[in-house]
Amino acid sequence: MFINFFLELRQGRLPVSLREYLTFIEAMRADLAAYSVDDFYYLARACLVKDETNLDKFDRVFSQVFKGLTPAEGEVAEIPEDWLKKIAERLLTEEEKEQIKALGGWDKLMETLKERLKEQKGRHAGGSKWIGTGGTSPFGAWGYNPEGVRIGQDENRNFRAVKVWDKREFRNLDSDVELGTRNIKVALRRLRRFAREGAADQLDLQGTIRSTAKKGYLDLAMVPERHNAVKVLLFFDVGGSMDPFVEVCEELFSAARTEFKHLEYFYFHNCLYERVWRDNRRRFDAPTSTLDVLHTYPHDYKVIFVGDASMSPYEILQPGGSVEHWNEEDGATWLKRVLTVYPKCAWLNPLPPEWWEYTGSVRMIRQLFAGRMYPLTLDGLDAAMRALSR
Amino acid sequence: MTKRFSGTETYVATEDMKVAVNAAIALERPLLIKGEPGTGKTILAHEIAGAIDAPLIEWHIKSTTKAQQGLYEYDAVARLRDSQLGDARVHEIGNYIVRGKLWEAFASDTRPVLLIDEIDKADIEFPNDLLLELDRMQFHVYETKETINARQRPIVVITSNNEKELPDAFLRRCFFHYIRFPDRETMQRIVDVHYPGIHKRLVQDALTVFFEVREVPGLKKKPSTSELLDWIKLLMVEDIPPETLRTADARKLIPPLYGALLKNEQDVHLFERLAFLNRREGR
Repeated sequence: MFINFFLELRQGRLPVSLREYLTFIEAMRADLAAYSVDDFYYLARACLVKDETNLDKFDRVFSQVFKGLTPAEGEVAEIPEDWLKKIAERLLTEEEKEQIKALGGWDKLMETLKERLKEQKGRHAGGSKWIGTGGTSPFGAWGYNPEGVRIGQDENRNFRAVKVWDKREFRNLDSDVELGTRNIKVALRRLRRFAREGAADQLDLQGTIRSTAKKGYLDLAMVPERHNAVKVLLFFDVGGSMDPFVEVCEELFSAARTEFKHLEYFYFHNCLYERVWRDNRRRFDAPTSTLDVLHTYPHDYKVIFVGDASMSPYEILQPGGSVEHWNEEDGATWLKRVLTVYPKCAWLNPLPPEWWEYTGSVRMIRQLFAGRMYPLTLDGLDAAMRALSR
Repeated sequence: MTKRFSGTETYVATEDMKVAVNAAIALERPLLIKGEPGTGKTILAHEIAGAIDAPLIEWHIKSTTKAQQGLYEYDAVARLRDSQLGDARVHEIGNYIVRGKLWEAFASDTRPVLLIDEIDKADIEFPNDLLLELDRMQFHVYETKETINARQRPIVVITSNNEKELPDAFLRRCFFHYIRFPDRETMQRIVDVHYPGIHKRLVQDALTVFFEVREVPGLKKKPSTSELLDWIKLLMVEDIPPETLRTADARKLIPPLYGALLKNEQDVHLFERLAFLNRREGR
């Protein structure tokens, strides 16, 4: 019945599945939105939208589908006859139904409608011709307008029903999820792997029962507390082109810090070479040799690089290509070394993925990392964590 | 015919909320409620229970709550102790099964309202662990090898403060309603419902101040409905005349008894700074 609507929702990038659709149909069958378009809208919303960030998208699709808002090409939208009928049946009083019959019945009405639609093609104000004549037209309440007033502009409309979703009150909520520390923590949590280590100080209930049953008297067994045993090495790119992303990196860092017990971090500039450092103020007098890092931390560490990977290709490929010192070996060699020592590696890039293809160095590093470069958004972080924990 | 929910004497329900609640009641699916803190998410469950005259079972979730605790807990330690003491109860394992809130709801004689409050406080796996239980309204007790079925499917209301994303599989099984921050009109109705007979002008002016405060950019915590109600109560108790609220004098930018509205030191500072700036401009 509303397949079209459903498909439009999916096309509008709303995460609706068949299950929600069936629920919606079930609700319609249970007559939950029997007498008003408003209720119909609310019901559809309650069934099909599961997150407030999607409410605005939903409103737009709803308004497009049920108003027949024409797409940019300017063609007259196809309105499925059956839903018009359905809605009309629900909206009309007995009296009005009589009137429709007087007009020659539903089919006749649809004919007229189609003719009018043709007539009105391309004109804006034409909608009033049949909308609201005497207030009995089913399309009046529907706010059907073939020309399609742009959503959000028609606040003055008399039709309350239409206004509800045209107001787009949830606009503010539909933002591409911003990274907050809290959100990052949730994403990082995917990496968690619990293990028991340290002093035995928790009652092991299962063990106690087992050993008590065996020995015949109460015998308490203890186990160490479970905690997150994931070990992480973080490499941050600092300075230069990374400056605009300082804030988001700080957030990531502070979230990561509380989330993992074993977290080691180092800074590098643009590309990884033979030395890294822990304190930006003392980057030149207190560097750490990258080889030492590789030798200190065992293979089971997971490595995350954070950087925009935007630089001159020479900085990756050429010995001596670094912008601030003479490097004996090229950056690619160093990156490969890290990748061999730590099989679980990922690169987080604060640049939007659309730009990656246009920068040669990003492409190269992505290749080095076998595609494990992820944008520094929640989704990207999520994907990265998934790849690391695989 | 099941009773329909249409707001109560003490609760103003918007149209969309009514539809969502009634859909959840009719189709026996859980209802997920989200919204700014203080917009009456938890209260809604209380009101639904009151409106359709059903018992309310509350399950408040904390960061340490496990899904299993909602079903049942096996008190093995008590059993062990009893076995040492030679208590006869020890032979019946059922004596040591402690029922959880969900079981309580399943076993209820009349159809209850089950409130799962602040589900986002729990571990991320928590909702996933409840999928089957909420879907089929049944679970298995391994210790006694019995399956518990709900006598009547309870009306499940779940609230979330959005601190964690809920898994898709879980969301798919719920109806969803986002409590929008009420507009002025609704707010007026809410105040009327809570304080009938209150001075009309006081409410008008209080609402003006309230929405102005909410508009101030950079507030850490915007005051919400519950704070407004507290504040109005204070204004009534202190007998503040409406005129005090209406002074357009920039020098008195900080509303009287602001403590009820602003819950954050930074916000109060922000307000004082703004007042200070205004005063300088006014000179």
